[in-house]
Formats: sequence, C-alpha cells, structure tokens
Amino acid sequence: MSVAALRRPGGMPHRRRGGGRDVARLPPHELLGVALQGLRTRKLRAALSALGIAIGIGAMVAVVGVSASSQANLLATIDALGTNLLTVTPGTTFFGQNEVLPNTAVPMIRAMKNVQRVSAVYSVPNANVFRTQFVPSEETGGIGVDATDPELVKAMNGSVAAGHFFDAASENEPEVVLGAAAAQDLQIEHVGGHVQLFVGGTWFTVIGILNSMTLDTTLDDNVFIGLPVAERLFQVQNSPSEIYVRANVNDVSSVSNLLAATADPQNADGVDVSQPSDVLEARAAAKGQFTTLLLGLGAVALLVGAIGIANIMVISVLERRGEIGLRRALGATRRHISSQFLAESALLAVLGGIVGLAFGAIATWVYSVAQNEPWVVPLYALIAAPAAGFVIGAVAGLYPAAKAARLSPTEALRAT
Amino acid sequence: MTPEAGTPGAAALELRDVVKEYPGGVQALRRVNVDIGTGERVAVVGPSGSGKTTMLTILGTLERATSGYVHVAGRDVVKASDSDLAGLRAFEIGFVFQGFHLQDSMTALDNVANGMLYTGAPVRERREAAKVALDRVGLENRVTHRPQQLSGGEKQRVAIARAIAKNPTIILADEPTGNLDSKSGQSVLELLHQLAAEGATLTLITHDENIAETFPRRIQMRDGEIVGDDRR
Repeated sequence: MSVAALRRPGGMPHRRRGGGRDVARLPPHELLGVALQGLRTRKLRAALSALGIAIGIGAMVAVVGVSASSQANLLATIDALGTNLLTVTPGTTFFGQNEVLPNTAVPMIRAMKNVQRVSAVYSVPNANVFRTQFVPSEETGGIGVDATDPELVKAMNGSVAAGHFFDAASENEPEVVLGAAAAQDLQIEHVGGHVQLFVGGTWFTVIGILNSMTLDTTLDDNVFIGLPVAERLFQVQNSPSEIYVRANVNDVSSVSNLLAATADPQNADGVDVSQPSDVLEARAAAKGQFTTLLLGLGAVALLVGAIGIANIMVISVLERRGEIGLRRALGATRRHISSQFLAESALLAVLGGIVGLAFGAIATWVYSVAQNEPWVVPLYALIAAPAAGFVIGAVAGLYPAAKAARLSPTEALRAT
Repeated sequence: MTPEAGTPGAAALELRDVVKEYPGGVQALRRVNVDIGTGERVAVVGPSGSGKTTMLTILGTLERATSGYVHVAGRDVVKASDSDLAGLRAFEIGFVFQGFHLQDSMTALDNVANGMLYTGAPVRERREAAKVALDRVGLENRVTHRPQQLSGGEKQRVAIARAIAKNPTIILADEPTGNLDSKSGQSVLELLHQLAAEGATLTLITHDENIAETFPRRIQMRDGEIVGDDRR
C-alpha cells in the first residue's frame, strides 16, 4: 500500500496520479462562476459601470424602436388607405413643356377592366379664394381651386371632418368643400349656417371640410368645387390635372401598365403613372435613415461606457493583486487569470446590454403610447443589444486582462 | 533515474546551483543547492532579505530561477510550460501564507473548496473534500462562517485546510504564524507538524528561531546563500 493512500482521507477520487500528468483546468461553467463571484463581491461598482453601457445601448434601442414604431405606424396607415391607388398626371414634353391629358381620359379609364373607381381633379387656374370680397386680391393665401367629381373622397379613401362632400345634385351649385389645410388657413371649423367664401369673384357656400388626404397631401391645400359649376363659371377645360384610379388589389400592376395608353392613346409617353403608396413607403424608409445621426450619438455613449468598464477593470486588477496571486498559487495559468477578467468584463457589459435593451424598450413603449403608434422593437435588437455588450466588454477587458495575467504571482501575493 | 512523486526517501524538492537575479542585478539567490526528501519537515530560517522567500517561490514554481536546475515532485521545472507548472501547483503543492488570502465574500467551506478550483474537480466533490479538510484542522463548527467572523488563528486554519484539502505532496508555508498571537501561532504550528507527519513534505519559512527549533531539519540562509543545514 502506498504512503499516499495511507495519509489521504477524503482524497479527490477522479485525480490521476503517478505517471499521468495533472493538468490545471477551468471549465467554462466554472469560469462563469468565478466571473459572477467577482462581480457579486463588488455589486455597486459593477452596477455603476454596467449602467454606462446600459444607457448607451438603451439610447440606441430607443432610437431604433421609436423610428421603427413611427414607420410601422406610417405603413399601417398606408395599408389602411390601400396600396391599390394609382395616379395619372400629364407629363412634360422633351422640351420641358407640360403635356395635356385629353378630355376622353376619364371615361376611357372608367371603362377599363379591374378598375373600381375613378376620380379626377381639374385645376381652376385663375380663381382665388377669399373670406370676403374686401381682402386685397394679392393675398391669395396660396389656396388653389380644383374642380372635381363626387367620387374624389371615396377614391382617396379620405373622410369628411364636417358637413358633406358633393353629390350628383350639388356639383351643379356654387358650393365648395375645403381641404384640411385650406380650412385651417381660412380659419373655418364649422359648416352649416351660411359660411360663404368668395371664389373667383362669386360667392360659394361651404358645405364640407375634409380630413387630411394622406395618399396625396397636396390636395389638403385646395378647395373643391363641382366640375359643372367650374365649367360654367370659370370656363375650365375638360382636361384633368390629375386622375385617381382605384384598381382591384390583385391587378394593380396590370392596370398600371395599361393606364398611360388608355389615358392618351395618341401620346402615351406624355402620361405619368405612379402609385402614391410606393412613394410613401419609400419616404418611410428614408425616415429610418435619418436616425443614423442619433445612432451615432448612442455609439458615443457606448464608447464612454466601454472606457468606463476598462477603467474599472484596471483598478480592479490593481486592487485584487492578492486574489490573483492566490489563484496562481492554487494552480491558475496566466490564461485562466486573463480569461477570468475578460469574462467579468464581458459579463458586466452583457448585463448592461440587457438592461439597456429593457430601458430602450420601455422608452419606445412610452413614446408609442404617447404618439398612439404601434409599439415596435426590432427583433434584431433583442440579439444585437446583448451581443454588442459582449463585444464591447470583451474589447474593454483586453488590456486589464492582459495586465492581470502578466502580474508576477509573488509580487501579487506580497501586495496584501 | 527520475524519482517519482510520493516515493518515500526520494527528493520532493531539489535545487542545483540555483541563481535568482532580479532586474537591476540584485542576486536574491546565489548558487543554492538543496535536497528536501519526501515527507521531510524543514524550517528555513534567516533574516529578512536573506532569500528565503525567493527560494520558497521558486520551489513553489511561482517564479522561475535565472539559472540552475529545479526539480519539484520529481519534475524538471526549468523546462516546464506555464500550464505544466500550474498543474503542479494545482495538484501537488499547498501554499500557506502569512496573510491568509481568504476571500471575504465566501464561507470557510467555499474558500477551502475554491482551493481545488483549478483541479477541474466538480464543485460537489470539492465541497466534500473541503469539509473533510476543515474537520482535520478542527474547524468542523466553522464551516459556514465567513472570514470576518473568524479569529486570526481560525483564519489561518481555514487557509491550511485549503492547502491540504487536495492532499498535496508538498506544503510550502511562508511565515504562517507571523500575523498570529503566540498562543494561536503555537497551535497552528502544531497543526502543520501533525498534518505533515501524515506524509506530506513540509517546508516552512520563518525568522523565528523558536519556531525553527521545533523542526527536525533547519536550513539557515543569509545573503542569498545557505549558511547552515542541521538535522536532528
């Protein structure tokens, strides 16, 4: 019987002895335990240095979340208004002159297959809008006059804020409906009674005010009169300045392809066809780009947080020289020591990242509730926030970890 | 023939012409030769600055000699890699320091169990071995106490338990009673003798002749050289 066995009550059974070589080990779960222990013993310090990362990541998540929420809101609005609206406008000639749509355009389009609804506006060029005839004629307020048909609001999926729109009977009368912005400019909030406007030298009765037309907000600045009235009073040419076409949802592109030729068979090239929902979606995407600047600011906050962590870890290494020396005496390799400090630093920043994610998500929620928008935190943020924390922590921990590993164990032991 | 670790009579610790020079040209050890056999109990005495702590850290593989041959537990330490040396410390060598080096946030049991962290043994096994070790040093009632709840003598007993829990073949103690009053110092010393008597090689550093007197072998150092080596 060996001496070893005699003097060793409760020895470690798994241990290899004799010819086998004993290797110092620190399995990953033990490393995690050591790192957690290191953070737990300095809770306040750990919390404060993680806070830097949390604020940086929180700011970035909030920026991304708020912009995603607004975008989602805009896209939801667009979807509600329908993506099947097409507009037909006269183009410009090769020499820069405005084309003119033929007066057959509207009936031709109306006769197309897969078209649900068609409406057109005709600009009334020389008519200005005043509250009274005493307003000097130069002060037009930038309000345009459009002649149109009773289908306009339905085609645009618009709605009436007050009063009503034209119908087949009233489009012959001197009656006017105000766009949302025009009504605001004219300071008219109610209809009924006898609110009248002086339009192109004739008194018109205000019968309705529209809500903003999201699919074409340029219409908001105008007031609308019936096409028959316009033809009679202002000699408007029966040539539309814009035609709105609702196609069947599944046939938008085929309708779109045929629209130009239908509107003006002789000069299809002189017709522009567009899809307003596309334009708005592009605008929503562009709005997302605008957040890059704010993300940059968040990145600066992160950099500051990373420097904070590096700073704390360097101090920590100096303070814990005794512990480092002890661990080396207990069998830690240099690599064990460096990975311990690296793990602490990364863990700290990952926790900061998770807390930051929560901060950002809450900030986005508060914003979305206040703005009455859907609450959206992009899915990638759920992974990116802790991952960014991990990378930042690992980088910030590199120098302190190397410093800890380089420490001579004897000097470290002498320190305390 | 290379002596195998744990063989009685073979050298557990062996220094041949060992020189340790620090940056700036200070020679802490000048051609030191010493053999310490397995199971021997040795006190290294000398005034401060005599090189005794340097010798202990070289024996404990915490530092490398500038030149010369060093064998620890039958292994050539000079050529060994950092991780080989770490393995040696994790399994074969138990350190006891003057300053205890206990972690305040941990119980006595976990402090002892942590002493075996780098052996790769699972925590349950480490805790079991730690409990046995605390029994052996007479602290079976202090298992869940934290260092700040323990007296100086008790702290050093925890540190000793940490050193012996893995059943090392070599125990290296650097002024283990230096921070203790004479009564608890005495009992810590007795404990070390008693544990070493069970088979481990014990090398203890002290500047106190009275402590050295209790050892069967005493090595005297001065100015980085061995100036006396008496056995009883």
